[in-house]
Amino acid sequence: MEQKKYWNPYLAGIGLGITLLLAFVLVGRGLGSSGAMIRVVSWITSTFSQSHVDANPYFVKYAGSGVNTFQNWLVFEVIGVAVGGFISGLLSGRLKFKTEHGPNITSKIRWIYAFAGGILMGFGARLAYGCASGQALTGGATLALGSWAFMFSLFGGGYLVAYFVRRQWL
Amino acid sequence: MAPFYKTGYFSEPTSFVIAFLIGIGFGFWLERAGFGNARVLAAQFYFKKMTVLQVMFTAIITAMIGLLIFSLFGWIDLDLVYINPTFIWPQIIGGVILGTGMVVSGFCPGTSIVSCATGRIDAYFYLGGALFGMFLFGEIYPLIEGFHKTGAMGRMTLDNWMNISLGMAGFIVILLAIGMFWGGEWLVKKFGEKETAQ
Repeated sequence: MEQKKYWNPYLAGIGLGITLLLAFVLVGRGLGSSGAMIRVVSWITSTFSQSHVDANPYFVKYAGSGVNTFQNWLVFEVIGVAVGGFISGLLSGRLKFKTEHGPNITSKIRWIYAFAGGILMGFGARLAYGCASGQALTGGATLALGSWAFMFSLFGGGYLVAYFVRRQWL
Repeated sequence: MAPFYKTGYFSEPTSFVIAFLIGIGFGFWLERAGFGNARVLAAQFYFKKMTVLQVMFTAIITAMIGLLIFSLFGWIDLDLVYINPTFIWPQIIGGVILGTGMVVSGFCPGTSIVSCATGRIDAYFYLGGALFGMFLFGEIYPLIEGFHKTGAMGRMTLDNWMNISLGMAGFIVILLAIGMFWGGEWLVKKFGEKETAQ
């Protein structure tokens, strides 16, 4: 199927903004992603050792004994995100089993970067109490001070490091 | 009066169905904008594309304007809307770490889900890394719990912090966004490449 061009980012942004507004109006909260992921992590850890989770001041909040880990708004939202992404990909012919990378590196190098970057982000997201969707997008729209500080720090950090990993992309 | 869940219009199970539907919207628009492809996100940091900035800020001001207008008409009680509590230092440090991870990986958690759903293998590696990174965070938490709670300012919004009205704060944000869009367009003209579908 012929792959279609991406939408105009401003229009996609309006679509996203309306979705976010809908969340505020209906449920009184915004979007998120990492909050669901930490639940998955905590739950997996608890299957290896419930006592370890109970003894950990962070994991216990998400998967301590008696906590219903997945009975949570974000978990259902994130499942929706996967479905929505799939639908859009399907409609635009962008469903592909492949690795996206710059012209000067291999897929395998890309996988290493993706994994390493993932570790940084996983750590950073929990430290910041959320990621781009929960803090920058949602917190940004509600004018939360910490979220705006987070957003500027995010762009700052990215631009600072971009030069050093340009081989991967350019 | 909105937010309807908090004023008792429906139950928790219904809110989960709504979560799922809203999530579909979220994932749909992320993919529409091209974030299923890590290169689109990374391009932001080389001034090749401004997609991240454009989508993010447009979404922010769209939702923000919506909230302000609804509040003005008395349709929504803003006090019932969850506002992220501010913990200024961990949010700044976390933001820098996250920004670093973003340009190294080309993802953020939300876009990685969309990328996984459209079959990108690099997204799966990212997801594995992200889950591991969160695990690490939890494991060392006893050591950093103190830092994680520093700079606690509670429910602090820009208008309170700058001692201006909500409307004024919103106006400044809109000006900021327009300035960024304008600057962004200029940067892409200088450094960017012609828009092509990957």
